[in-house]
Amino acid sequence: MTYLSNIGAYFLMIVEMFRKPTRWSVMKKLILKDIDDLIIGSLGIVAFISFFVGGVITIQTALNINNPLIPKYLVGFATRQSIILEFAPTFTSIIMAGKVGSFITSSIGTMRVTEQIDALEVMGINSLNYLILPKTIALLLYPFAIAIGMFLGIFGGMAACVFGGYTSLEDYILGIQTDFQSFHVIYSFIKTFVFAFILATIPSFHGYYMKGGALEVGKASTTSFVWTSVVIILLNYILTDMMLGR
Amino acid sequence: MIEVKKLHKSFSGVEVLKGISTSFEKGKTNLVIGQSGSGKTVFLKCLLGLFDYEEGAIEYDGKIFSQLTEDEKRNLRAEIGMVFQGSALFDSMTIAENVMFPLQMFTNQSKSEMEDRVNFVLNRVNLEDAHNKMPSEASGGMQKRVAIARAIVNNPKYLFCDEPNSGLDPKTAIVIDNLIQEITDEYQITTVINSHDMNSVMEIGEKIVFLKDGLKAWEGSNKTIFKTDNEVVTDFVYSSELMKKVRQMYIEEKQ
Repeated sequence: MTYLSNIGAYFLMIVEMFRKPTRWSVMKKLILKDIDDLIIGSLGIVAFISFFVGGVITIQTALNINNPLIPKYLVGFATRQSIILEFAPTFTSIIMAGKVGSFITSSIGTMRVTEQIDALEVMGINSLNYLILPKTIALLLYPFAIAIGMFLGIFGGMAACVFGGYTSLEDYILGIQTDFQSFHVIYSFIKTFVFAFILATIPSFHGYYMKGGALEVGKASTTSFVWTSVVIILLNYILTDMMLGR
Repeated sequence: MIEVKKLHKSFSGVEVLKGISTSFEKGKTNLVIGQSGSGKTVFLKCLLGLFDYEEGAIEYDGKIFSQLTEDEKRNLRAEIGMVFQGSALFDSMTIAENVMFPLQMFTNQSKSEMEDRVNFVLNRVNLEDAHNKMPSEASGGMQKRVAIARAIVNNPKYLFCDEPNSGLDPKTAIVIDNLIQEITDEYQITTVINSHDMNSVMEIGEKIVFLKDGLKAWEGSNKTIFKTDNEVVTDFVYSSELMKKVRQMYIEEKQ
């Protein structure tokens, strides 16, 4: 029953988020600040993880392809497919659920605990619109971070390949060009937009509706990470089946 | 003027407010006092529209709050200033930005007009040099003064304060009390203050409503509270040794 009630409250929150809009002059500043906090501030960790995971995918693929009948360029092909289809959009989103999601839940939760949300409401401001809509709009730039992740993942794979001596640079480049389907990138970005919305709204929901003090802010952050990850994994399956399934 | 009629409020079947009726006049500092758990904060949050209530009515200058449309409620709230117990300053903004916030949200003033107004109210609360400080860099007393500045910056008709003296030393508490009273007189605001501080009662209690277990147990002023024989009030007022001595002196003087 609690789950159903929470799901209902979540959708009501989304509807309410679009009502009584905050002035554009104020909203603009909030969006820019959230782009800085949520997107620009995450580029470092996305770049670091993408680069090294790209390298690991390449090494593991190369080590498992020891049959002389299998062409070496398959290492580059497998790295590209893994990164574009799953690693960049899904795996990075799970990491972002920890980084960005916890930040959103704890910052909104702290505002709830310290009565800052009550202060907004007393002033006649739609606090859901003021707090959550800028984060949702800012995260529309999330695919930009994922695109960087894709590039650096493939680049990391190339570095590992060349410097580790697993295959030649020419084979790797041939592999990443082989049988390229642009729809796979479109599929990946569609998933990313959906995940961006989830990353903005589920942690906000847990922060906004939390009750209690500092301890509960911590608990809300953990719960928000768990639910954001669960929803991302479920939606990943559904979207993949819808767009790539038979 | 704010009129409250037979206000009832429950949480999970437990009645916290049991039919409170009272009124708060314009240009007066109205204190709602009582022990912790007596329903003061719930009462204040009902007045502010942060809590819905089951029965009763709250009228702001004749307008029944629960019958207003969302837009009318929003317009009314723009006329309300609130000082929260913990100040509730936005910790991502500087002190000047905190004070400017209601102007940015509700007025069409130019940036220089807003800055002038912010300077004026910060001077009014004796915080001339604190513009660029973050709330975390300000002391408890300063934070309270910033909260008062933010509450009055948009010339409110109604000012609510939830325990404005909590966590402050007695001297700073008196400064805050006097500031609230001066502002109330100066701008003829209807001010409602939640407190359990007897100093505030004596200093600025032009009207006092005493709550006990969700009921109005007594109503009067700082001039009449020491004369009442109402046991619930005397039990609260004379709970400290100091106040007991004050009462003894009063009785001896009377004899």
